[in-house]
Amino acid sequence: MESLTLSDVEQKYYSDLFIYCDTDNTKKVASNGKVLDLFRAAQLPSDVVLQITELCGATRLGHFGRSQFYIALKLIAIAQSGLPLRVESLNTVKDLPLPRFVVAKNEQETRHTAMYPDSENQGPYSGVIPRPPGRGQAKKIPLSHEVIQSVVPAADPQPDTTSPVVSPHQSPPTSPHAWRKHTRQASGGNADRQPVVGNVWPHFREAQAGPVAVDGMWSGHSPPPVQESWVSFTDTPPSSTLPTMHPASIQESATIRTSVPSAATNEIQRQTSGYDDPWKITDEQRQYYINQFKTIQPDLTGFIPGSAAKEFFTKSKLPILELSHIWELSDFDKDGALTLDEFCAAFHLVVARKNGYELPEKLPESLMPKLIDLDDSAEVPEPALDVGYSGSPVEVTSNKSPSMPSLNQNWPELNQSNEQWETFSERSSSSQTLTQFDSNIAPADPDTAIVHPVPIRMTPSKIHMQEMELKRAGSDHTHPTSPLLAKPPELSEESKLAATIKFPGNTVGDGYSSSDSFTSDQEPMASVVTRQRSHSGTSPEGLKVVAPPPPPPRPHASHSRSSSLDMNRNFAAVTSAGQQQPGVVAFPPAVPPRPQPTQAAGPHGHRPVEGDSLPVHCSTSPQQIPEQPNFADFSQFQAFADQPAEDAEKHSETAQAEKAGDVAGPLRTAKSDGQSEERAAATVNSAKGSTGPLAPPPKPVRRRLKSEDELRPEAEEHPPKSNVITAVLTTQPSIPRSVGKDKKAIQASIRRNKETNTVLARLNSELQQQLKDLLEERISLEVQLEQLRPFSHL
Amino acid sequence: MAVCIAVIAKENYPLYIRSVPSQNELKFHYTVHTSLDVVEEKISAVGKAMADQRELYLGLLYPTEDYKVYGYVTNSKVKFVIVVDSSNTSLRDNEIRSMFRKLHNSFTDVMCNPFYNPGDPIQSKAFDGMVSGMMVQVS
Repeated sequence: MESLTLSDVEQKYYSDLFIYCDTDNTKKVASNGKVLDLFRAAQLPSDVVLQITELCGATRLGHFGRSQFYIALKLIAIAQSGLPLRVESLNTVKDLPLPRFVVAKNEQETRHTAMYPDSENQGPYSGVIPRPPGRGQAKKIPLSHEVIQSVVPAADPQPDTTSPVVSPHQSPPTSPHAWRKHTRQASGGNADRQPVVGNVWPHFREAQAGPVAVDGMWSGHSPPPVQESWVSFTDTPPSSTLPTMHPASIQESATIRTSVPSAATNEIQRQTSGYDDPWKITDEQRQYYINQFKTIQPDLTGFIPGSAAKEFFTKSKLPILELSHIWELSDFDKDGALTLDEFCAAFHLVVARKNGYELPEKLPESLMPKLIDLDDSAEVPEPALDVGYSGSPVEVTSNKSPSMPSLNQNWPELNQSNEQWETFSERSSSSQTLTQFDSNIAPADPDTAIVHPVPIRMTPSKIHMQEMELKRAGSDHTHPTSPLLAKPPELSEESKLAATIKFPGNTVGDGYSSSDSFTSDQEPMASVVTRQRSHSGTSPEGLKVVAPPPPPPRPHASHSRSSSLDMNRNFAAVTSAGQQQPGVVAFPPAVPPRPQPTQAAGPHGHRPVEGDSLPVHCSTSPQQIPEQPNFADFSQFQAFADQPAEDAEKHSETAQAEKAGDVAGPLRTAKSDGQSEERAAATVNSAKGSTGPLAPPPKPVRRRLKSEDELRPEAEEHPPKSNVITAVLTTQPSIPRSVGKDKKAIQASIRRNKETNTVLARLNSELQQQLKDLLEERISLEVQLEQLRPFSHL
Repeated sequence: MAVCIAVIAKENYPLYIRSVPSQNELKFHYTVHTSLDVVEEKISAVGKAMADQRELYLGLLYPTEDYKVYGYVTNSKVKFVIVVDSSNTSLRDNEIRSMFRKLHNSFTDVMCNPFYNPGDPIQSKAFDGMVSGMMVQVS
């Protein structure tokens, strides 16, 4: 045998191979089977292999000694390089490349077996790993065609101590260096790393013992190298993964890989195909992150302040802008500090970025605080890694977006996401438009509100209607005007005016205040009226307020007011007339004043003919009575009028007012009672009754109107109006009291009410005009008074 | 719907300025610059009063025929200026306030980022996104 001179590299390589083939562990002879397999892996034609075998002398020996083996390997190298197989060429050929042995099938098998523990450990993250974008082509490299590179046989199996030194030196060299570069305040991280790395090395030694251990070593190796690759904080290419493998690969040729990136790519591809979330943090990574967290903040539930985090991440040598973006993504609660979850997310993003991945616009679901360990239910299928990468995190986030609101709920921090905050503010801004009041609207003046007509139920219920009709019917018998009649004669021209205005106001007020049959709506009116005694202008308002029809008087078995004596007396009187019915509703006191002014005006205007005036007035009253139905039946009232009128004359104004009110009430009540029974004054009664519900309020107004008319002859137009009103009212048929549920009756009453409404509205406008005139008059009078009272009150 | 949004630092240099019409930006820059005078005047008008008595929202600084300028100043004398189009249906005061509130919140988030040095131009994508949401949508 020619002496064989091998270079150091070759020497090492061959020795490794020899050891690989030395299944018997004799260190001398390579088993034939293994050698032949190896030779076959050289992808040489079998005859060449045979030739080689012959040349190296194994045929002669029958076995491969070390020297033969070496020669054979050299010859294989020669053959692979295309040179003719010559023994002479063994030493002559310089710079011969090392023989390349193609990865055989068993390598694939071993790789598969190695992959599984790998995949289990790595999770999908390996897919994320070190895969710079340009490496996507590696996918196409078939596994079976990976070729052992010369870089691989760097390990020298002979010195056990040296090989671990050599092999790891290449791969994880980046990691320890990285760690040194990535120095932190505490070197705990380094300490953590190095033992891990150290753990790898014993594996190397053991692996050299036999290929059996390769698988174990493979699995043992794969996580740490991978970890080291992604934890490297330098910009070195992720070449750390596979060089660590090469000791194993030397012993098992099948495991040798060409380049780290490609192998990594395969691994990654395998990984990513199994897992769809590229942002998921594996347990190892998570543990690593936690360890890193501890170095900064021993308390795992505490925070890392922003400044410390800034220093930490600045060591990663990413541009500040990207670090800033990473911070924005990972500081979920925007508090300027990182919790453990936030820190892990930030670290993860940094690692990804260092390995070439683009930063997502939004924090991926799997990196959300408190949700990192959750499995993504909706897995996003992983398309071509490179293209799909930037899309997949987005897809993941979009897939998770429906659940994000729920996540947001889980995360109780305030302002936990900008989107929620912004939507909130947007929502609030939109709602603010709703809350924008027109400040122009002046709040209703409470005083003015009083003046405004108080809405009263205009659509009375059936019972309401019945009552109103009852009241109407019964109003004929009672006429409260008699007491009122007595009053005006006592008043002077001016004061009479005021008094007449006041008096009805008084009576009205008293009537109102004492009435218990009025609705609450009218109570404020009453109170207003009572307040506005001295103001002539106000009483009309008060009376006007009364304009809306009051509710019908409620049925009472007997009159319960303090003035019930009179009432009862009247009742008795009326009942004696046989026209009264008990249980007549208390008549709204609004009625009394109305006839009174008229009657009072009448007598007043015709003071000397008082006695006659009354009948005169009463004669006129029938005229007016139709205008104001629901008024006391003057014909009947006349009988009473004499007496009460005389009494009224003697009494004081207020007393008369009260009495008038009282009398009017009972009178009216009596009237209403009587109507149903007696139709003596049917026409008048009917007229009154038909407008019963509406008449009481207008009565005082109208009466006063009458009084003013009489006082001031210019109010001639009123009677015509009143006549019109009368005509309107007379057209209304009387409604039998008994039937309440008659629809026709109700409709008719509704019609009547509407008509009365229009009438009252017109009346209202007239009264307004009158009020104005009166006010003018008053002012002029006051001026005159001032002039006449010269300087008395200087 | 602002036409231009600007963030001015305490020393009156812009930290962030962005306008919708890419052309004519210089006009908006000039507008913002002139509005600073009005802002200064308003914040100095308070005089002895403490900052918290002074409201952050300054309101309409001054109107021109084309647009209106609104101002807002933080307690650290960082000013936000919003220019809105006058032809736009008059934005309510509350809407302007809410825009300023959003701006302030986003600015606070930017400040909380340890990687942001106060005084640097604001390059946060989140801030950009928020401002884009407030700008007029130009088709």
